[in-house]
Amino acid sequence: MLRGVGDLLRHGLLFKYVVASLFRVSWGFGLAAILAIPLGLTIGWFRRAEMAINPLVQVFRPISPLAWIPLAILWFGVGDSASVFLIFLGCFFPLLLTAINAVRNIPAVYINAGRNFGLGPADLVYRVLYPAVIPQLLIGLRITLGVAWLVVVAAEMIAVDSGLGFLIVDARNAGNRYDLVVGGMVVIGLIGLLLDTAMRSLEKVKSFRWAYSED
Amino acid sequence: MNSLSEPKKWEKVLWPLLASALLLAVWHYSVVWTQTRVFPGPLQVEKGMVELFHKNVLWRDIGSSLSRVAIGFGAAALLGIPLGLSLGWYPAANQVVNPVMQILRPISPIAWIPVAIIFFGVGNYAAVFLIFLGAFFPIVVACVSGVSNVPSVFRRAGRNFGLAPAQVLARVVFPAALPQIIVGLRLALGIAWLVVVAAEMVAVDSGLGYLVIDSRNSGKRYDLVVAAMLMIGVIGLALDLVFRRLETIKSVRWGFRDES
Amino acid sequence: MSSGGAATPAVGIKLRVEHLSMVFTRDGKSTPVLQDINLEVSPGEFVCLVGPSGCGKSTLLNIVGGFLSPTSGTVRIDGEIVHGPDPRRIFVFQERGVFPWLTVEGNIGFGLSKLSQPERKQRIAYYVKLVGLEGFEQAYPSELSGGMKQRLEVARALAVNPDMLYLDEPFGALDSITRLVMRGELLRIWEAERKTIVFVTHDIDEAVQLADRVVVLSARPAAIQGVVNIDIPHPRAISSSRYLELRDGIFQQIGLASKV
Repeated sequence: MLRGVGDLLRHGLLFKYVVASLFRVSWGFGLAAILAIPLGLTIGWFRRAEMAINPLVQVFRPISPLAWIPLAILWFGVGDSASVFLIFLGCFFPLLLTAINAVRNIPAVYINAGRNFGLGPADLVYRVLYPAVIPQLLIGLRITLGVAWLVVVAAEMIAVDSGLGFLIVDARNAGNRYDLVVGGMVVIGLIGLLLDTAMRSLEKVKSFRWAYSED
Repeated sequence: MNSLSEPKKWEKVLWPLLASALLLAVWHYSVVWTQTRVFPGPLQVEKGMVELFHKNVLWRDIGSSLSRVAIGFGAAALLGIPLGLSLGWYPAANQVVNPVMQILRPISPIAWIPVAIIFFGVGNYAAVFLIFLGAFFPIVVACVSGVSNVPSVFRRAGRNFGLAPAQVLARVVFPAALPQIIVGLRLALGIAWLVVVAAEMVAVDSGLGYLVIDSRNSGKRYDLVVAAMLMIGVIGLALDLVFRRLETIKSVRWGFRDES
Repeated sequence: MSSGGAATPAVGIKLRVEHLSMVFTRDGKSTPVLQDINLEVSPGEFVCLVGPSGCGKSTLLNIVGGFLSPTSGTVRIDGEIVHGPDPRRIFVFQERGVFPWLTVEGNIGFGLSKLSQPERKQRIAYYVKLVGLEGFEQAYPSELSGGMKQRLEVARALAVNPDMLYLDEPFGALDSITRLVMRGELLRIWEAERKTIVFVTHDIDEAVQLADRVVVLSARPAAIQGVVNIDIPHPRAISSSRYLELRDGIFQQIGLASKV
């Protein structure tokens, strides 16, 4: 098995595939984060908005991104955009919910203190809301990144022609190279672990540490 | 939190309804205006669903998906809970097993598909195996952290009353960890539901996931595709709600202070 | 060495602590916490351990209770060396020691599994009455106030009929009015059941109000600074001159001025 992976490495293929997978994850995850977090924070702030949106999100959330594949292919064709779309979907709803819950869980004392000190709305957001939600957001981001990594592999198995997921499918189809299949899986696992560890170290940064103090 | 007044109870129904109506309207009109021939509007989807119900296809597929989830999830729980409890109880064992789990865990069940097909061939067993994998790790992790998070006061009290270690585990640690275990089970069920749909798209020929793929492949019936997707969403939500109901049982409710 | 007040004359020594020392080592650093503690408690006596926060009195109680092993020295109860926790000496913990997944009845009956059903029911009913929780038998701890939870814990402890009770700042989480009430309750129960009690607190008033003898511990590493006999019979008048005299004496021993 190691030899098979070594082969791939030499042909530069492994590297290319890893980059392809990571590339798609970054785009899908990044887009989802940029859209979902501000949106979620806003929705969480206004009780009625949350009441309106929450049931809808709850219906969409259990729909696996993979179930969107036919629609994704219909709208984007087979290729990179489709898989980025799928990753985006897989990340958007969890991040939205995380942001909503993070805002709703801010202890009222913080907001009241902010108001007490005469903070206007913009200041309130920047100096109270944002720091208060960061710890929860970080945890949500880490978990969702893991989800993104799962989805990219699946999306690649079905919809594109490069990347680690594709490697696994292709290795099996074109020649029953099970050594590569297992090798691919190991690489997937390791990278997933790496991403997770990297996010965890973010949580350790001192200025975020305060919320994780109870251990 | 916001500056408006406290929302009244009936508003809990009003706003989602308004939002859904808005969504449906947007959907309907975007289909009409873009004059797309392929993508269905809400009415076509509804007609498609009725059609599926009449042909009995939908019930059969729902049944297949649910039964696979039941078996895979059930097996994951039966194996995972004892394992998780033991690993939480013996931190030494956990130190050995944990690294292995941390590497296996991020590997999507989907990536296991080839392995599953090698061992089980295409069919039900492969799908159940994948569901098992998807649910197993979250359950074990939840049990381990549930056990380690039991406050030491409880364990001490158990020992103080003369309980043997096994009894402490059964009568004190397990009930104390139960809320976290149930949350883990709920999350694992959610994952199982995602996996079953995915597995059905690749490895079997029945079930909701298969319905999604098949409706497109054999006839570009996108109305059925969307209908199936909606069923997936609704059933997934229903499963989640069932578990949340469990969380309100009195002897467990103490562990959930804030339900949002 | 025998106590004053309404206590019966000592017949032998119940608890004997000899040359007890405790050193905590962590990451290579050793912190001495207890220094050569010698203590004798007679049966039926109510002894309070008082000292500044963090001085090690809880550690001392934990060692006596069998949850920690001392670095040197021995703890004997009725002549036997203490090896571990034992239902004959029940610990009442600082807070949240009651099991949240059991009702009031469930908690009180926790240590009674070896009894027959009718006996068990009888005991539970008796102790529910003794601590004043009638009407709440089926309630869960989350429905009880702080004071009631503490009473529940005392009831649970008493139900197994221990020889000794160890209380580690049990009223610390309660408001001061409830604290006063609870002290009265504890004394009432003590006089009804006559257990030997070792009570840890940082509240000097509490110690003088409750104990037959007050053992004053110095700051860490804790050594016994002094033992004060409280020779006022119960019920004690909090403003009596003897009370104030004894109390101020202890304040001085700890090195605190009695003026703010």
